[in-house]
Amino acid sequence: MDGLYFWIFAVIAVLASLGVVGQRNPMYSVLLLIVSFGALSGLYVLLNAPFVAAIQIIIYAGAIMVLFLFVVMLLNVPTEDPVKGYHVKLLGGAGPRHFGAVLAVALVAELVWAMSHLRLTAMPESAGTTSSVYQIGLKLFRDYAFAFEATSVLILLAMVGAVILARKEN
Amino acid sequence: MLPDATLNQYLILSAVLFSIGTAGVFLRRNLITILLSVEVMLNAVNLTFVAVDRYLGSVEGQIIVFFVMTVAAAEAAVGLAIVIALFRHKDTLNPDAFTSLKW
Repeated sequence: MDGLYFWIFAVIAVLASLGVVGQRNPMYSVLLLIVSFGALSGLYVLLNAPFVAAIQIIIYAGAIMVLFLFVVMLLNVPTEDPVKGYHVKLLGGAGPRHFGAVLAVALVAELVWAMSHLRLTAMPESAGTTSSVYQIGLKLFRDYAFAFEATSVLILLAMVGAVILARKEN
Repeated sequence: MLPDATLNQYLILSAVLFSIGTAGVFLRRNLITILLSVEVMLNAVNLTFVAVDRYLGSVEGQIIVFFVMTVAAAEAAVGLAIVIALFRHKDTLNPDAFTSLKW
């Protein structure tokens, strides 16, 4: 049964991500990315990680994407500037595009090599991780307490930086 | 009935999503879409963490995912602020238009 759900969520996630990258209108990109996040959240549930599934929806789809939508609507630039002859010389273009193509080929080759040398079995039987939130809480506030506090400083700095960067200078 | 998904399937899915995000960063000509592609890449990495976590039966990966999300939120906030500041200067979101530091 899990196999069927995996394929459903995987297909939705890949198609939505392709849409994010393929859309010319950033508004549709943001909405499709939310669909992709929903599918990934379903995968997290299949992987016995309800905590991650919940914060995926609450933080990513709920907070970060609203921020993106807000900026897209604020700037009001619906479509990308078309570039002349862009599609025909996708692989033959200058500098960065050339580098990107080489990088993509290298990445795919590396992936194929790694996957062909990988010999992994099926997931082990679920060890009753229904209390994974409890375990995460214990680990987070004991072993990773310093990192947790450091992220709060990071968030504060990001907030101050965003305010300073986005304010009108005069 | 389909068999249960193996770890390999999750890793391949995550690799596909990461490649899509990488392609978006290199191919799109819109700063907001580039930032969205970075989010796609971060999510692919998160999926890897959670899948391997489930495979090993630990919770460390989920804690790292929590930190990745925090950093993603900070990155989105600062990145979008920079996008707004750039848009004020040039009235465009095309990264090719910002060449002041080029020589």
